[in-house]
Parts: sequence; C-alpha cells; structure tokens
Amino acid sequence: MFYRKIDEGKVISQERLSEGIFSLVIKNEGAKFASPGQFVGVYPKSKDTLLMRPISICETDTAEGTTRLVYRVAGKGTSEFSTLNEGDKVKILANLGNGFPVDEVKGKCIVLMGGGIGIPPMLGVAKILKGEDVHSFLGYRNRDMFLSEEFMQYSKVYISTEDGSVGVKGNVIDAAKACTGLKPDVIMACGPMPMLRAIKQYAKDNNIQAYISLEERMACGVGACLGCVCKTVAKDHHSHVNNTRICTEGPVFDAEEVDI
Amino acid sequence: MNTKVTIAGVEFKNPVMTASGTFGSGMEYSQFVDLNRLGAVVTKGVSNIPWEGNPTPRVAEVYGGMLNAIGLQNPGVDVMIERDLPFLAKYDTKVIVNVCGKSVEDYLETVEKLNDTAVDMYEINVSCPNVKEGAIAFGQKADNLYNITDRIKKVSKKPIIMKLSPNVTDITEMAKAAEAAGSDAISLINTITGMKIDIERRRFVLANKTGGMSGPAIKPVAVRMVYQCAKAVKIPIIGMGGIMTGEDAVEFLMAGASAVAVGAANFINPYATMDVVDGIEKYMRTHNVSDINEIIGCV
Repeated sequence: MFYRKIDEGKVISQERLSEGIFSLVIKNEGAKFASPGQFVGVYPKSKDTLLMRPISICETDTAEGTTRLVYRVAGKGTSEFSTLNEGDKVKILANLGNGFPVDEVKGKCIVLMGGGIGIPPMLGVAKILKGEDVHSFLGYRNRDMFLSEEFMQYSKVYISTEDGSVGVKGNVIDAAKACTGLKPDVIMACGPMPMLRAIKQYAKDNNIQAYISLEERMACGVGACLGCVCKTVAKDHHSHVNNTRICTEGPVFDAEEVDI
Repeated sequence: MNTKVTIAGVEFKNPVMTASGTFGSGMEYSQFVDLNRLGAVVTKGVSNIPWEGNPTPRVAEVYGGMLNAIGLQNPGVDVMIERDLPFLAKYDTKVIVNVCGKSVEDYLETVEKLNDTAVDMYEINVSCPNVKEGAIAFGQKADNLYNITDRIKKVSKKPIIMKLSPNVTDITEMAKAAEAAGSDAISLINTITGMKIDIERRRFVLANKTGGMSGPAIKPVAVRMVYQCAKAVKIPIIGMGGIMTGEDAVEFLMAGASAVAVGAANFINPYATMDVVDGIEKYMRTHNVSDINEIIGCV
C-alpha cells in the first residue's frame, strides 16, 4: 500500500552481522505498508552529510511495526548509522519505490538471487513467499557470510563464494548452473551490476522471467531530480525518452525492459 | 501582515518559489507540501523536443551541498502542456516554466507553444553548466545573452526571467545585458560548476566529470551576487542558492531579491518550501515587519 512520509523512527536494535555489515531494526509508521523490494531513505544527523541514504528494506514486521535494514558501511552516512543504539531516533523517508511482484509468482518455481549487499532485500521476498517453491542463491566473497541461516527458514539455500571457501566457487549463476535439475519459472534478484547483467542473459537464454533490483546514486528519492535513471529498451511513459527513474518506476524492473 | 510581492505585473502570494530542476513539475512533492502555499512553482527546464540528459552517475554529495549533472532531461514541451500544466492549474499558485534549448530557435519554438497556455511567466535557462550545446553558452557572454533575450522577448506573450550563471567574471554585466534587451526580471544564481574525484577508483564521480554545485555551501556566493545585481539593474531579481530556512530567504530579500527559490533543500527536506514560507512569516512577526516589501533591498 502506498505510504510516503518522513517517519521519526526509533531504533529497536542494531547488531553487526559480519565485517562492515549491520542489521538495524527501526520502529516506524511506514513499516506496516512496506513491500519486499522497496527501500527507505535514512537521514544522517551529521551536517556533513545532507542527503538521505537509500537503503533497501530487508524485511518488515507488520505486527511490531518495524523495518529491518541490513546495510554495508560504505561512507560517512552509513558509518554514522552503524553507531545508532537502541532508543535512538532516526529520520527516514518511507517507503520508496516499488517492490518485487510477489503476488504474481505464487505457484511457480521461484529462484531468488542475491549478491553481497544485494542479499538483504531478497530475505523479505523469501519470507513473504514462505511455503512456495523458493530457491535462494546467495553469493558472497568468502566465508564471512550473513543472513544465510535466516533464508533457510523460508527457502532452499544455495551458497556460492568467490574464493570457493563455502559452496560453489564462483557467483550465483555458477551455483544455479550446477543445479541441473532446477527449472525456474521466475528469477528475482538484487546485487552488483555485473551479476544483474549475467542474470539477465541467463534468464533470456533459458526463457525465464526475471525481475532485477537496480541501484544508482540518488538525491531526492521521490522522482523529482532525475538523478537515478536507468536506460530503457522502450520509451519510458513518464520521461518520454529511453530513461526511467530507478527511485520511482523501480528499483525493481522486468530485466527485459531495462538496458543495463 | 502582507507577504505579497509583484514581479513584472504578476502578483505572488508570497516570495517563495521552487528552483527549477529540484521540484519536477510539482507532482512529486505535492505529496509532502501544499502547493497552494507557494508563491510559484518553477518547473524543471523544458525544451522543444524530449531530451535524454547525461549518463549516470548524475549526482554526488559534497561538503555542504551536492553536484548534479542531469543534463536537462525532460519530456519536451508537448508533454508539459498535456500533462504537467493541467496538474498545476488545479492549484492556486503561479506557474513559471523554465525553458531550455540548444539553439535560439529551440527556445523560440518552446516559448511559442507555451504562449497560449495559462503559464504566468517564463524563466529562460541560459546558465545550465551540464549540457554541451546551448544553455550556458548563451549566458556567459553579454552579447549572446543580449541577443537571445531580445529574440525571446519579441515572441513571448508572457514576462520573461533570464536565469543567470554564476560561472562568469562579472555577473552584473550579464544582468545589465538582460535588462537592456528587455528581460522583465532576472533570477540567480544557477549552480556553480564543480568537480568531485573518487580517490579510491581514481575516477570522476560524475559521468559528466563536472556538475553544478548547489546546497547551503553556495549561499554566501549567491547572496553577494544578488546584492551586486540589485545595485546594477532596476528589474526585479529572484534570488536562489542554498536557501534552507526562512532566515536564509530573508537574507536574499535584504540583499535585493523580490522573491526567492528553494532548490537542493527540497532533496534534503521534502517540506523545505513550507519551512521557508513559515520561517519568513515568523521573522516578520518577531521583527514587526508588516509588509515583506519593506525589507527587500534594505541593506
């Protein structure tokens, strides 16, 4: 359901999941209206940093009214967020973008793919599709993994690591190719651009529907500034050029519709 | 308490406008703010045909502000007339359309198409630093600025505001050229050309290499330029550059601006325009200013 406000959130908990990866649970009004694949803008308090930081929603707890963000410390803003403690206030712009089409994929063989810090939003998808035929492919750099055990509560899990220390050596596509018996109807994915390009190609070659979540430098988060666009195959209905707004029309797109 | 200001015969309920490019055509921010409370909505720049804009990354945060190199992506004037202007017509606010182009003919075509709409004024963008052709090329030489102003003025059925670039040696020369060619008002400043380098990747952060800087850090430069132009010309000035609060806006008014525009602040705080409207009124109450016009150019 559409919800768009500045929420005065309250930190419920924060924990470090692995090197530079944190899990932050915030109580906020928008939590109960969020869907998996949407994101929020978190405002740093420091005046050194003015813009909100777009962070994908890992999962929400509608009963508790909480939003969980699992993020990587990448700069000044996220560094500040990693110091937030229980009870602290945090301003967030909720909820942004459109999520994954979870209702359309029920009853199908669903593959979720997450690479690195693209893994967290897929957890919310796995959770909402619990009981469906869901296979989660999680790609990490090495054995310093996060969230993989939580995925096991909702889906079958296949691990790949770049250094081969756990699971299949390589990326999520290598792991998927190793599962010769698996015939997915749909892939939903989030991760670095080279991985998403490979997924788009893999899906095309195997005639699989694919939805991918994109990322770009963002300013307003609400579709006004046109900072975060992505090239599109056809003319976009809003822009009337071959560019679409990741924050507003995305971040989740049908892989066939975007030129990545 | 009077907050009304008049520019080129157009009356604004208050001096607070949106800065072009930071507010779309009002639709996106209407979910946060009441557009009826704005003096005017100034739209994102529009050209005769749709423009793709620049490659990404298009935006970057810098200390005290941001850089952007959107490159004036826009759906073209026909879409604006069919979609955006009817939306804005539902609100009790003035509408100023920002017009951009690669050639003088582009500007003229856009202005002519808008002439029969209910738009109140045009703001002519001759100062965007992010496109290679047109735009800033018209705004960095006084002769060029005079010529384009003169040609637009001859076809325009609405008052025009020439938007000036700060990326010049002497902005008052540009202000004088715009005035001499018949511009009804001027607005300033557009963004200041900047650059950011990613030292880890040894690359420019923006795909365009350079971008226009906006945000609170540029405010003192903007206030100074508004003051200089106010001394140099008689036509009204719309001041902008780093306005975050009502106090910031009052500074611009005192420097000589008849109205102000809120830009990057919208990204930092979606309610920024309302905060500025409220902040100006609060200043007027606490300082016993009964008419906003009393403080325009008072320093």
